[in-house]
Formats: sequence, structure tokens, C-alpha cells
Amino acid sequence: MAYSVFSDRRFLFYFEIWWLLVTILQYVILHQLNVENYYAITDAIASNVILGFLCFLLSNNMRFYLPRNEKYWYIIVSSLAVCLVWLIMLHVSFYFILPKDDPYIQFFKESYAIRFGSGFLLTSSITMFSLLLYSQQEQKELQARQSESEKLKRDAELYKLRQQLQPHFLFNSLNSISSLTSSNPEKARHMIQQLSAFLRGMLKKDEEKLISLNDELEYLKLYLDIEKVRFGHRLQTEIYSDESVGSTLLPPLILQPVVENAIKFGLYDTIDDVVITIRAESNDHHLLITIKNPFDPETGRPSRGTGFGLSSIRRRLYLLYSRNDLVHTQAEGNIFTTRLIIPQV
Amino acid sequence: MIKCLIIDDEPLARDIIKNYLIAFPSITVAEECNNGFEGLKAIQQHQPDLVFLDIQMPKINGFEMLELIDDAPPIIFTTAYDEFAIRAFDQNAVDYLLKPFSKERFAKAIEKFIQKPERASVQNVLDEAAQTPSQQNRVVVKDGAKIKIIPVSKIYYLEAADDYVKIVCADGTYLKNKTMAFYEKSLAAFQFVRIHRSYIVNTQLITRIYPTDKDSHSLVLSTGQELPTSKAGYAKLKSALGI
Repeated sequence: MAYSVFSDRRFLFYFEIWWLLVTILQYVILHQLNVENYYAITDAIASNVILGFLCFLLSNNMRFYLPRNEKYWYIIVSSLAVCLVWLIMLHVSFYFILPKDDPYIQFFKESYAIRFGSGFLLTSSITMFSLLLYSQQEQKELQARQSESEKLKRDAELYKLRQQLQPHFLFNSLNSISSLTSSNPEKARHMIQQLSAFLRGMLKKDEEKLISLNDELEYLKLYLDIEKVRFGHRLQTEIYSDESVGSTLLPPLILQPVVENAIKFGLYDTIDDVVITIRAESNDHHLLITIKNPFDPETGRPSRGTGFGLSSIRRRLYLLYSRNDLVHTQAEGNIFTTRLIIPQV
Repeated sequence: MIKCLIIDDEPLARDIIKNYLIAFPSITVAEECNNGFEGLKAIQQHQPDLVFLDIQMPKINGFEMLELIDDAPPIIFTTAYDEFAIRAFDQNAVDYLLKPFSKERFAKAIEKFIQKPERASVQNVLDEAAQTPSQQNRVVVKDGAKIKIIPVSKIYYLEAADDYVKIVCADGTYLKNKTMAFYEKSLAAFQFVRIHRSYIVNTQLITRIYPTDKDSHSLVLSTGQELPTSKAGYAKLKSALGI
């Protein structure tokens, strides 16, 4: 349910001021019509206290029922009804306030039409204004709800995108560890620790929090070390990152899937030893990361460069920065290049 | 004495098989191979009695390597995770080991092999595996001693040639030991249509269709070749092209 507009103190204050002004206005008009002060003040106060109270009820009522399709009818009908009730109440109160045969009652009866007219104008404008306020309030609530649900959806999607651990990687790493337990237990233990640190990192990283490039590279090295145990000398990596870019910020776990993609294509597309280079540099307001891997242009697999790794990274960067131009790929000779652009805010 | 080969691109994965094999002195490892190319050569050279074969390997995967061998030896597949491959195994009851596998599970596979060296079902595994996404968009063929990977988009048409299928593509003609029915099914997703008992065509390349007889038609490819259609084939072509 909407909250009453009168719970807003400022609104209540101006509502009161407005009625005070109308009361003064009525007094001035009556005064100019040569009505005695006593009558003019009594009439002005009685009329506007009653009408103000009725308008308050009418407006407050909209908390419970806000007309939608029948807005205009509602304004007219309710204003007419309120004015009718108002005149009757006013009439009754004059009978109580004034002596029975007071000539002012006659004057009052003669001014029914003008009173009804001005009352209708006042009431309908208050109704319209309240309607507007309540509609606005409702709209705001709707928007808040929408943006809330949108945020939840975005968080869920980001979470899902990040959770895409390649089962291939996991099972093959476990197989390598299984193999090492008999041939080199010390190395097996070390690899279990690396794999644990890698998995822990994957579970705990908070999407919202940016991390420094140095931290991300540390994490990446963990992954690369595991892959190097798996593939032996076939896999070599070179990482170039100078002092100045180490503290630039990027979303966590962005690099690993891209490098995983590069390793997959590098290792499974050629049979030679593979060198993956990762270079980080910054320009103006961006961090640029370039990842190069060899591939075989002859094979021409159509899925290249649109593999799950890259499309999920593209989607994640879009969700985080609302930009679609942050991932670029290029094939030149037998080198495939992936470029990531991370805006620095 | 049982002669075996280990084909896997990860050194530690080969090590564990060698390690488990110590318990089976009757089995000797003739060679270890890093990839499908080496594996193919080693199989021809050693004629092994048993092969341990990984699926995901550089360039050509385990299935594609087997397709290039006319008389495949008994295989025990080893794989870490490949839902399509596992489906192919399950349906054809060939033994496979999911990495990481235990010594007991390994021993069971060896016993199974010793009792009944399975040969026949590997072909069914390959037929099933050919439907997997990684293999669908390319065909691996042998060109003398060389191995070629042909993306399906570069194939012009396929022609029946006795027990083989002739694959005609941009850089030549290759023979593959498969059936027309097999390719009709596996290439259907790439707009290939069987227009005749002896022809499957890449419909992307058709430039002209003209009637030759009362109810037979021929078609011309953008490469200049002309192919005949049968009555049933022409009907299939019409529905595929939406005419």
C-alpha cells in the first residue's frame, strides 16, 4: 500500500498554508461585498475548515484506492460529491452558529451557486494534484522494484558466467596428481595445493570488487603452473607487465578463461611446443591486455575465437561496463591474438 | 606377449598407465605417442595387440585417428570428460577409463581385454562419435603418408566408389572408408543433400539446375562440375532448398 502524502511534512505544511490563503481570500471578497467582519470571518473559517477537512479525507483515501482507467470520471464525480456534502455541512453549522432568523443565512442561500462553483474548483484541483502525487509514488516504487530485480538478474548471470570451470581441466589435473602420487609424491602434494588455491580463488572472488593486475597475474600463474605440469615442456608462457600497470584494476578471473582459451587452441591446434605470451600495458584510461597463441590457419575451425571462453568474457565485460567493444580478436599468420580493454574509472 | 601402445598428449597420463601396467608383466609398451599423428605411425609400424587411446589430443582427436586405420586394433579409451564420447562408448559397450581411474578399474579393463579382445564394436563407436560437435564440421583423410583435415565448407561433393566414398574438395580428391548413408546423415546439418544413389552435394555451391529428360535433372556447381540427380534425390533437393 502507498504511504499517505500527508506523512510528508512539507506537503502537510503547504496544504495548510494553501487553505489559510484561501480563507483569507474569501474573507477579503466578503469584506469587499460589505459583509460585516464578524460574518466574514466566521463564514471564511467555517467554510474552509470543513472543505479542507473533506479534501484531506478525499486525498488520503487515495492511499487505499487509486483510480486507473476511470481517472477523469473519478476527479469530477468525487469533487461534485464532496462539494455537495460540504454545502450541506456548512448549512447545518450556520444553523448552530448563527441565530435562527439571522439575515446572513438568507445571504448564504443566495450564494449557493458561487460557493458550489468555487468549492468544485478547489476540490478538483486538490484531487488532481493528489492523484498525480500518488501515481508518481507508485511509478517510483515500480521502478525501484524493476531495477532491484534487474540487479539480481545481473548478479546471478555474472555469478554463473564466472562459475564455468572446465571439467576437462579439473579431471585431467586430478589425473596428473594421481600419476604423480607414485612417481613424485612431493610434487603431487605441491600440485594439490596449487589446485586447491586455484579452486578456492574461483569460489571466493567477489564479482563487484575489482582487483589489481598483480593479484590477477598471481592467480593466473597458479593456473599456468598446473597446466605446465599437465603438458610438460610443450607449454611455455611469457608474461610481460611493467611496474606501472601492476596496480591498475580489473574484474577478478577475467584473464584465466582467456588464457585457457589460448592454451586450448595453442595446444590442440598444433603439435609443436607452444608459447603463450601475455602482455599488459596501460594507456590513458585503459588497461590493455594482449594474449597471443599459435594456431593453424589451415584447419579453419569455424568455432575459433567464438569459443565459450571468449563469449563469456565479452558478456561479463558488457555487464560490468555496458560496452561491447572490450574484446578483440585477430588472426595473423599462425598467431591468434586476443585483446582485452579494461576501462579504468 | 601382448604388445601395447599408449597414445596421450599428457606425459603424466601416460606415466600412470605405465605404472599400472607393472602389475601385468605379460604386457609390454611398444611405444608412447604424443598425438594422433605419432599414434597412427606407431600403429602401422608395431601392429599392437592393444592401444590405450586418449580422445582429446592435438590436431586430430582419438576418434579421427582411428578413422584413418583400416583394421583398428582393440582399444581401451581413456578420457577425462567428454559427454559425447562417453555416450558413444556406452552405446557400444567398448571399455573406457574415466580419468582419474583407479588401479582396480584399470585391472578390470585389462581382464576384459584378455578374456575377449573386442574389435567389432569400435566401428560403432566411431559412427556415433562422428556426430559429436568437435568432429561434425570437418573430415580427416589420409593423403598418402600425410593427414589432411578438411573443413566441410571446402567439400564440393561426395561420390560413391565401391566400398569407399570419394570426397571431392578444393585441393583434390580423397577416399574414405565409409558409407554414403553415413555421410548423408552426418553432413545433413551442413546443407549437404544426397541427390543421387552415388552423389551427395554441397548445396551452397549449386549455381544452376536444368532438366535433362522428361523427369530427370542435372545441376551445375560454381566450380563447373555437373552432377546428375535421381527422381527421389531431386525431390529431396527441392525440399532442402525450399523450392
